[in-house]
Amino acid sequence: MNWLLVLVGGMIGAPLRHLTDVAVRKRYGTDFPWGILAVNVAGCLILGVLTGAVMAGAASPHVQLLLGTGLCGALTTYSTFSYETLRLAETGSRFHAAANALGSVVAGLGAAVVGMAAAEALWV
Amino acid sequence: MTRNEAKVLAAVAAGGGTGALTRYALSLWWPTPPGGFPWTTLVVNAAGCAAIGVLMVLVTEVRRQTHPLVRPLLGTGFLGGFTTFSTYAVDIERLVRVGHARTGLAYLALTPVAALAAVWGAAWATRRVAARRTVAGRRA
Repeated sequence: MNWLLVLVGGMIGAPLRHLTDVAVRKRYGTDFPWGILAVNVAGCLILGVLTGAVMAGAASPHVQLLLGTGLCGALTTYSTFSYETLRLAETGSRFHAAANALGSVVAGLGAAVVGMAAAEALWV
Repeated sequence: MTRNEAKVLAAVAAGGGTGALTRYALSLWWPTPPGGFPWTTLVVNAAGCAAIGVLMVLVTEVRRQTHPLVRPLLGTGFLGGFTTFSTYAVDIERLVRVGHARTGLAYLALTPVAALAAVWGAAWATRRVAARRTVAGRRA
């Protein structure tokens, strides 16, 4: 059961990331990985809320496996984020590479903090 | 949606599901104790970054005629589902919250450094091996 929940969550999260990335690229071009940044930050926010909800007893560990480990885990990515940062550094825009690395970490962490605080406000 | 787009999406889903499952299996096999340094997630993320460095150099620079579903299945799907940014961020928040600020900050800084070093080193090594093979091929 637990394995199935993670599998299903991952099978939803990864295509969602792909579709967002494709849509954002179509609209804003391929110079800066806005799509990956957006899904990473969104995933951190959702996982923050979810983790807070589980800690408060408002969500079950099964929901955590489906939406947290599976969906948010596959929606967000470290591999594509790192590769895009490397690509930016190699194609001459070191400023963009640094901005992507720092911006992703700061925004992701901020989103996680906001998500947990929101969960606390809602359920504790 | 065209047939091709549907195939790509199915490949991403299959890869993403198995990638997430592999990460989950590793987290059960090598669990992180409460308040402990999240080594499992760090190693998963760094390993996934090294793997995407190899894959992307092979797909975009070395063999330009790879099957069109290789990148969606293995890169966007499997490695995307295997590595995670959300667990990384939430784990830092949790460590700081329960009084392990030093561990949280070390993890905060170490993960991006390990990830970027892994992707850069793997891409560099793959290019070197590929270049040597090309030279050897020309000589033969």
